[in-house]
Amino acid sequence: MARIEITTEACKSCSYCVISCPKQCIEISDKVNSKGYLYAASVRPEDCIGCAMCAQICPESAIEVWR
Amino acid sequence: MAEEKKVYTRTKGIIEGAVSGFCPGCMHSTIHKIIGEAAEELGQLDNLVRVEGVGCCGLGQFYVTCDETIAAHGRAGAVATGIKRSSPNSLVYTYQGDGDLAAIGLAETMSAANRGENFTVIFVNNGIYGMTGGQMAPTTLVGMKSTTTPGGRNPEEHGYPMHMSEILNQLTAPYYIERVSCDTPQHVIAARKAIKKAFQYQLDGKGYSIVEIVTSCPTNWGLDPLKSLDFLREKMFEEYPLGVFRDEGKKLK
Amino acid sequence: MAERVFMKGTEAIAEAAVRAGCRFFAGYPITPQNEIPEYMARRLPEVGGTFVQGESEVASVNMLYGAASTGIRAMSSSSSCGISLYSEGVSYCASARIPMVYVNVQRGGPGIGAIQPAQQDYLQATKASGNGGFRMIVLAPDSVQECVDMVYEAYDLAERDQNPVLVLTDGVMGTMMEPVVLPPMKTDEELAACRAKFADRAIVGHPLGQQAYCRPGSVGDGQEKVNIEAAAMYETWDKDIRVEEYMMDDAEIVFAAYGISARISRAVIRELRAEGIKAGMIRPITISPFPYDSFRNLDFNRVKGIIDVEMSIPAQMRWDIDYAVQGKCPVHEVLRSGGQLLTNDQVKKGAMEFIKEVL
Repeated sequence: MARIEITTEACKSCSYCVISCPKQCIEISDKVNSKGYLYAASVRPEDCIGCAMCAQICPESAIEVWR
Repeated sequence: MAEEKKVYTRTKGIIEGAVSGFCPGCMHSTIHKIIGEAAEELGQLDNLVRVEGVGCCGLGQFYVTCDETIAAHGRAGAVATGIKRSSPNSLVYTYQGDGDLAAIGLAETMSAANRGENFTVIFVNNGIYGMTGGQMAPTTLVGMKSTTTPGGRNPEEHGYPMHMSEILNQLTAPYYIERVSCDTPQHVIAARKAIKKAFQYQLDGKGYSIVEIVTSCPTNWGLDPLKSLDFLREKMFEEYPLGVFRDEGKKLK
Repeated sequence: MAERVFMKGTEAIAEAAVRAGCRFFAGYPITPQNEIPEYMARRLPEVGGTFVQGESEVASVNMLYGAASTGIRAMSSSSSCGISLYSEGVSYCASARIPMVYVNVQRGGPGIGAIQPAQQDYLQATKASGNGGFRMIVLAPDSVQECVDMVYEAYDLAERDQNPVLVLTDGVMGTMMEPVVLPPMKTDEELAACRAKFADRAIVGHPLGQQAYCRPGSVGDGQEKVNIEAAAMYETWDKDIRVEEYMMDDAEIVFAAYGISARISRAVIRELRAEGIKAGMIRPITISPFPYDSFRNLDFNRVKGIIDVEMSIPAQMRWDIDYAVQGKCPVHEVLRSGGQLLTNDQVKKGAMEFIKEVL
């Protein structure tokens, strides 16, 4: 099973990962990190195919991917 | 079930645990990432020298793991010339914005390119001065508002956007000129490939290469990151079409 | 091995730099120093060095900044209005603590001024060669031999302090020929040892975790720390003050002059001595740090006055003389400017007017 790990402290809530995920399994959560950003979170992780599109687009290198 | 494998790891080209100083949605940090990845793939992180321009580029000094010096505004082309000529085995790149490369550093940019200096230029074009607060750049689009063109860039008064890749393509010496972007994962991958190719050409002693990256500036464009992507694709790509302008290495094949 | 040759000042400067280990030169054409880059373009390839003709003085000094930041010995030269454009790079080197050596073959100013010799960059050289209030050691030769010796030594001073060093000469010394003893060529081993001292800081690529940063600026209180460290370093320069006191044992009239003006003054002093006038000279060899004590410690019961001889109108070194003398004796000026040379006769005539008043 594929999965992603988001370093939430580095997330700046740009949503680039959200729109880049072909399976729509990332969303901006309602939780805030210490810098005040609503960070991205993996939802429906079972849908993740580990394509790493989110990690490629993430400006902050905040996403790592396993497959 | 097959064993789980890590397929995307944060590059060692940026400082472990560091959070960039760039604004949300800014692609400077994306570019720092792919520079690190390209150098890492080539096994060159230990040999990498960054000559940093002035402006938002300066925030990169607290983010990258390579040897680094900061050039005076616009002088990266001259500083990189001095470094590369004195340490020819180092992998040297300049990191410059549009104000740095195309306005105050135009002479240094053109002259280094014209000499065919064997280093790589990473040129970040977002059509505006970011660090100083959104003033007009040579690359600002016609009609685009900036803090020094409050009514929008008016060609009669301010002239037209400068197309640096096209201008540099008029010179004989440059080896590789490509314009890319980082607005989609596919474009990020293509941009990394372009940087890696430019680095490889430098390692092979081929001479001057420039990768222009057309990006957004959500903060100074006054748009949220997603809307800035729309503007980037609709307006910036129209003025600055992506593509390879010159690839002498491909000609040979 | 030392060898004695007959050489033009500019070419001797270039050869001395090569012998000191200079392996990178960037410069832009400007009279009267063109023979330095021309000589370097021929000479550097012979020793495995690099010559680049910059697209401007601004580019050239920034190439020097880049080259010196890799730890090699590098040099640039220019003249007056060109040196103004060096301000940026020199200031950056001072802030980033990069050892850099450069030469100003002075011509008339201000502005494009005149292509003939002058001494009109004194205050710029000694007080503010760029923004930020940094200081440099500034060496002021008065012969082709001193040009050679000072350029050769400048690298050691620059590397010791990790700071820029300027050799301030002028169009007379640049264009005249004199016999000089050239210093020995530094060996590759000696140069490697110099470079090794800088290895940790050299911007050439380092293993992860050992990165070298060369920063001409900082954030938070970082820049203030850099400035405090630099100020402490400037305080150690008392030992570096060099001054020639010529016929000063019983002098009642004291000439104050550096560089070419000192050379002219020396000849005038000999003439005055022959006429029974007890004249002498204080010649600052380092104009920064300035030999204030040589002036402060004058016996003002004996000394009747000081004659400041400069090829600058208005006078510039006068500021330093006044600062040291504090009005304890009159100071007279004998000046030319804008590329007009002082002659022995003019200096003597100007001096005699003053001498008649005070003696």
